[in-house]
Formats: sequence, C-alpha cells, structure tokens
Amino acid sequence: MIVTMEVNGEPRSAEVAGWESLLWVLRERLGLLGAKDACLQGECGSCSVLVDGDLVCACLVMAADAEGAQVTTVEGLASSGDLHPVQRSFVDQGAVQCGYCTPGLIVATAHLLEQDPDASDTDVREALAGNLCRCTGYGALVRAVAAARTATATDDGSAAPVGDGADREVRS
Amino acid sequence: MSGTLADRATVHGGVGTSVPRPDATAKVTGSFEFLGDMHADGMLWGATRRAWVAHARILRIDATAALAMPGVHAVLTQDDVPGHRYQGQAVTDQPVLAEGRVRYWGEPVAIVAADDAETARLAAEAIVVDLEELDPLVDLEAALEHGEIFRHVPVRRGNPDLHGEVVIEGTYVTSSQDPAPLGTEAGLAIPDGTGGVDLWGPTQWVHIDLEQLAACLALTPAQVRVQPCRLGGAFGSREDLSLQTHIGMLALRLDRPVKMVYDRTESFVGHVKRHGSLMHYRHEADRHGRLVRVDARILLDGGPYQLTSNAVIANSTYFAVGPYRCDNVTVDGYALRTNNPPSGAMRGFGSNQPCFAAESQMDRLADALGLDPIELRLRNALQPGDQLPTTGQLIEAPLPTDEVIRSVASIPLPDDEPNEDPRHLPGGTGLTTPRDRVVRGIGYAVGIKNLEFSEGFDDNAEARVVLHGDGAVVHTAAVEVGQGMVTVLTQIARSALGISKVHVAFDHTGQIGSAGSTSASRQTQMAGNAVLQAATAVRERALAQLGGDDLDDDGVWRGDTLLASLAELTAEGPIEQHVDYHHRATDQPDADGQGDLHVDFCVAAHRAVVDVDPDLGLVRVVQIAIGQDVGRAMNPQQLLGQIEGGIAQGLGHAVMEEVVLDHGVIRNPSFTDYLLPTCLDAPHVEAVLIEQPSTWGPFGAKGMAELPTMSATPAVVAAIRAATGRPLTRVPVRPEDLVAPALTGGTR
Repeated sequence: MIVTMEVNGEPRSAEVAGWESLLWVLRERLGLLGAKDACLQGECGSCSVLVDGDLVCACLVMAADAEGAQVTTVEGLASSGDLHPVQRSFVDQGAVQCGYCTPGLIVATAHLLEQDPDASDTDVREALAGNLCRCTGYGALVRAVAAARTATATDDGSAAPVGDGADREVRS
Repeated sequence: MSGTLADRATVHGGVGTSVPRPDATAKVTGSFEFLGDMHADGMLWGATRRAWVAHARILRIDATAALAMPGVHAVLTQDDVPGHRYQGQAVTDQPVLAEGRVRYWGEPVAIVAADDAETARLAAEAIVVDLEELDPLVDLEAALEHGEIFRHVPVRRGNPDLHGEVVIEGTYVTSSQDPAPLGTEAGLAIPDGTGGVDLWGPTQWVHIDLEQLAACLALTPAQVRVQPCRLGGAFGSREDLSLQTHIGMLALRLDRPVKMVYDRTESFVGHVKRHGSLMHYRHEADRHGRLVRVDARILLDGGPYQLTSNAVIANSTYFAVGPYRCDNVTVDGYALRTNNPPSGAMRGFGSNQPCFAAESQMDRLADALGLDPIELRLRNALQPGDQLPTTGQLIEAPLPTDEVIRSVASIPLPDDEPNEDPRHLPGGTGLTTPRDRVVRGIGYAVGIKNLEFSEGFDDNAEARVVLHGDGAVVHTAAVEVGQGMVTVLTQIARSALGISKVHVAFDHTGQIGSAGSTSASRQTQMAGNAVLQAATAVRERALAQLGGDDLDDDGVWRGDTLLASLAELTAEGPIEQHVDYHHRATDQPDADGQGDLHVDFCVAAHRAVVDVDPDLGLVRVVQIAIGQDVGRAMNPQQLLGQIEGGIAQGLGHAVMEEVVLDHGVIRNPSFTDYLLPTCLDAPHVEAVLIEQPSTWGPFGAKGMAELPTMSATPAVVAAIRAATGRPLTRVPVRPEDLVAPALTGGTR
C-alpha cells in the first residue's frame, strides 16, 4: 500500500508492507535515520517522534496508521541551520555520550518543554523516564533540560523558571 | 610522561577545559551515522538462525526450504567457514557457527543473506535444525568438580599460620549483568572486488578483530580492512566478535555487500556479559581492626567459551582484598566453563565481583569490632609504599586511597526532611509507599582496579599527528565507543601543539597499527601518550624549521613576529610524526601469583544513601557521593559524565539488573523484562575529584571510567543493609530479599 504523511513539513509517500512500523518506514523507506531502534518494544524511547503533536514510540505505530499524519523527527527540529535550544543545551551540557538515545531524548525533551515550560527537575525526570540512556546516568540530561528551559524562557522575554536546584556538584 | 609544552591558558579547548564532544552536533541532529544506519548500494540483509536450547547435539541442519524462498541468496553453516573455524582473543575455542553441538542458549547455527531484512528473518526461521537436547552444566560448584576450568589463578602470600582475633566468613553471589549498550550489534561487509573485504562491526579493538577475521575468512591481514565503527555504546560487550565473521562470510561468498542488525533479544545472546560469581571469603583482623589475613575462593561463570575469562579472573583474584594492606593472603580464582551465556568484559572487568564481597566483609568486620566503617577502612587503606595485598607489588605511583575515603565521608548528607512527592519515594508514582514507613540507610564502599593490560602483556598504542596548513589531524585506530576519547585526544593534541584546529581521524587497520583495546581504562593514557608524544615532536620540528619560539593557530612566532602561517610552514608538505607508545613492562605472575603485574592503579570510594520501603521491599537510591582518583581532570564535564553513567550501572547491578537464568535459558532477554535504571531511578550524584597527577599519564591524567561502577554496587547494598538489617549476600537485591522472613527467623 502507499502511505502518505507530512514529515518535518514535507509531504512524503512510500510503498509499504502491512507489517511495517512507522519507524521502519522513516528509516528504511524515507532515509530518515535519526530515530533509532534500540528495543523495538516501546521501552527505550530511542525511536521517539511526534505524530500530530503527540510523543510516540515510532516502533509501536503501524505505518498504515500514520496515513495523513504530521510527523516530526529529530531531523525536523533544527531550523535553517540553527540548532533547536534543546539540541544546543545537550551539546553544551555534555548530555551526549554514545548518542544512540540522543535523537529520541531530544524529541521527547522538546515536546516536554512545549507542553510544560515550567517543568521542575523532578517533572523532567518523570517525563523522560521512558527514554533509556546507558551512558550518562541522566545527570547531564537533567542539567541540559534546565539550561534549555532557561534559554527558551529567555528567548521569549519571560523570566527564567527556577529548577529544583543543581542536580550535582563537582569539587576538586 | 607528562606534557610540558601545554599553554593551557591560551590554547582554546586544551586539556583541563570542558569542551563539548566534536561529534555532539551530529548526534543531536540525528545525522551521526551509527553502524545500523550504514548502507551500501546493492547490499543484501543477513540474519542468523539460532538454537534456543542451552546444550544439545546437532543432528541435522536442513536449509532446503529456506533456500527455496524467493529473494534468499545463501545459507551458510560452520562447514562453509573458509578458514580457521574458531575464534577468540586468547584461545580460539569458539566455533564461528555451532559445530556438532549447541553450547549456549541462542548460539548461532546458520546465517542467511536475502534481498531484504524481513525475507532474511523468515528464511532463518525456515532453516530446520534437529537437536538432541542434553543436560546443561550451569552450576559453578559442579563445573569446578568436573574440572571445567578455563584458568585457575592462585595467590599465596605471607604466613599461612598467622591468624587474627576476629574472624568473619561469608559467601556471596553476584548475578550476570548485561552491558546493554543502547545500540544493538550491527555491521556491514563490502567485498573489495579483489577477494578482500571492508568490514564495519561492533568493536573495541579493530586490530584484535583483524587477527581473528583474517584467520577465519582465510585472507591475509592486508585483505581485511576492519573499519572504525560508530558505536552506540560498548561497556565491554564489543571486546569479542559477534556478527563480523558472519557478514564477512556472506559478503565474500556472494560478492555482494551484506548488512546485519541484531534485535534486542538477539543482542542479549549476541554479546558477552559480566560474569556471574560465587565467592567465599574469610577475613581475620586484630582487635584494632587491622587485617591480618584474607582467604578467598572466587568462582566466575565463563559460559562455554574462554573469550576474555582468563584475564577477567586475574583481576578478580588480584583485587580480591580491595585497596587495603594485608600481608597474609590466599586466593584461588577460577574461571569456569558452563552452558550459561558467554561471559566476558564489562566495565570493571572482574574487579566488581570481589569488590562486592570484600566490601561486604569489611562492613561486617567493622560491625563485629564496633568500629565505624569509614574508620575501619582508613586503618587499612593502601597507600604508596605499601604492597598490593595479593601480588606483593610495591605501590609506587600516587594512590589516594585515604583521600578518596575521607573526601566521600566529608560530603554533606542529603536532607531527610519528609517529601510527600511520590516521585521521591520508593515505589514512585505507583503510590505504594507512605512516607512514614520509609527507612533510610547509609553505606560505604571502596574500590581499586588496574589500569591498562597486566601480567607481562606488551601493551602499545600507535598514533600519527599530521600538521597541515589548516590545522592538525590526529590519526589513530583507537575505538571511540561514546566515552569521549575523541574529545580527550583532541584536547591533548591542542595543548601539546599550541594549535586549536585539531581533528581526530579514525583509521582502519590498513592505515595505522594497533592502538590497543578501548578497555581497561587505558586509552586516555595509552592513545593519549602516543598523541602527546607525536604532537610534541611535530611542534618541536615546526619551531626548529624556522627557528621560532611559539606555535599557534596563526603560525610560527619568534617573539612578537609571525614568521610563517601554518599554510606557509607546510607549503613543502605536512609535518608529521608517528609514535608507537608502550607502557613500562610488567611481570608475569610466579607460581604464587606474585610479581609486579600491573602498570598502575586507580581508586574510588562511594557513599550511598537509600530510602527503603520495608513492607514491599522497594528501594530508592537518594544520593550517591563519590571520591574519585583522576590523576588530572582533562575534561571535568566528561569526567562527571563518566562518573554519573558509571554509578547508574553500579546501581543497576545492586538493585535492578539481573540476567535471569533458568538452566541456561535467559528468562528476560528484552528491555521489558531486563530493567535498566531510568531517569527516575538515577540518584543525585555528588563527586569530589582527587587530583594527584599520574607520573606517566599525559598531563598527569589517569584512566578512571571503570571505578564509578565498581564500588557503587556494594555501597548501595551496604546502605540497604543499614536500613533493613538484612544480610544481603547477593546482587542484585530483590524485593523478596527485603520482605521474606529472614533465615534467622522472624519478620519486621
């Protein structure tokens, strides 16, 4: 069957088999390799994308069910060469190590801050508990979200919300 | 050696600064190409037929139905291996595909190549494998009794007749832990048209893969180019081959590129795990708490093939006592052959299991003596001038055992004021735990581990630094697995050259010699020293060429005069230097396990604070503090990332992560059933970096990335013991360990 979607603002169509997931179509039919495939059971969040504004695991969505949907992947977040504030803060805060979980986490974090710009650090931890990371221990991730929250708030002129406090300290 | 040329204040992004990873932007935008993202024109997809039994005789393999499927190009078995039919790092005892027998659950029996992934998967399922099931050997005592021993490492030190006044005996069990890198095994093999092959696969050491692949594929080393790979994590799991030989066989047979990607369940059986262990310990101390003798017997479950078990058991044995003085030590370490899944490297490499047992023993000893656990550890803390308790090696280099213990004890404890937010309670949003039922506990543990390879191994790392008109390129075959070596090598080159425009190029095996393994916490020091020496030589030659006295991004200077730009300096050709760095030689152990077996050591101390729901047996780790020996902090932000990430893995092993084995069958081979710590499980981390510069690491740096995992596990368990009074002699601690009636009788 032919499935047609709007992916990152562009109309895209693909010939797909009935068993194919949205993740498979994005990666193998449309060449969008950002979303990853770490568990294929909806446990790890590495394939997180937005479908009509909702955060989903693309591995659990049948491609056929995405007919007519607006899909946003990690490739669609940076605009005209500028990193999205969440991407910028992940780089600056050291929230990236091997990077396999990163695309999913970037999409999930951008979605979270859009839904709840004042999310506390604990809210962040709860909201991102569906995205597994094996490298970072999540500390840098929480710091990166705090930094992105501040950057986003500063961009639109409002006061920067205050988090629960620093998530760690280093002394030497 | 130490770097001396660093102009750390002026070189942008040099050592000591928290510069971001060079690959971070590609990773946050989704454009970074991981192994599983690779594609070649005309490629086929591979799949693996596995035998889902722990032990069996293979009666028949029939690929007729599979080969008849449209789109299937080949089915290969062990009979089709073109060269040496076995692989393995130390001993080649692992058949490329099962040969006559299946020795572990999920062992590959045949491989398929087809036009697309789904056809390959269905064809693999269609291969008929008739098996006669056999009893699996899965019990460690039985394996020892039957003499199924990969290696026995004995340590005999001191006077066997000296005894202490206080005796503590205990038996401890650690389960197998899966490294669980987020990226599953994936690879691509592309025939070169002249009989050779370019091969990308999950690896931590391309040159050790090359040796095995060339032998198995019946090619010369020059015909196989093991390519630098883009890994989604490793943690030890990529030290041994997984799918590389298989895709190489298919690609060469069909003269077509072949790609293969494991799903998560395949990944669980497709890479090595941390050895499960059974350990018996006897500690004897005088009444002041000074260790008089330690006797231990350590059994590690190696699975059916040797892989790295010979080296893992060495670490378990030599670090059996921990970072403490003790003159009378007897240890027998055994790596055993079983039909459990293959074990191998995982962060800490055999040092973690005895760390759990020995630190549990130290807490019991402190309790028996009425001593504070910190005080007991300080009274025995191993310092420079002491001898390693097992091998007798004199500790010469800086080893801040005392400092890491004191620093972790001095970090303020978290507030214990009631917080009714369920996300801060054991059980979380399950709303299972009333705050007034929560019991808090605090526990400590200290760890020690070797850096680099040991026991006389001639360990080396090659690097080449090339200065061009637009900056310097560092060439290395060292593998970046996500840990950030690429950043540290960039920083070292910048500081040594004085030039900020540095790029690290990862070469394949045909372009540069071995950099050794990305393991044993070794690349910061090994690849790092090779880069430092090469970059230093390049700078010296650049200055000598024009009689300059400084080099930076603008070019060569004498005083305030710019003599030449980098482009002018290199107009006749780039300035380059190749270095093959070797660390100092070490001994092989004598018959009693004695000798200078190790190059260097690293220590860390953890303090865990936990909240426990004693009714349901639920645990929340509130805070972990760590004092970490780092030599010199090359990149504080990355160091913290290694510390926090390592702690999460140690926490996982303490309370969540267990490869559940049932007669050799893994009962939880998925992320649904094998629980990894999430963002909500990870604790608040407080870290103190102890900087006592290494005498030989680049700019004083030490490798450090295994220590955060090691003693986190026993610290968390010690804290749960403090909260519950339970003995807790196995990890991970299960809820039933906390709520079932204790063996001594009675319930809470």
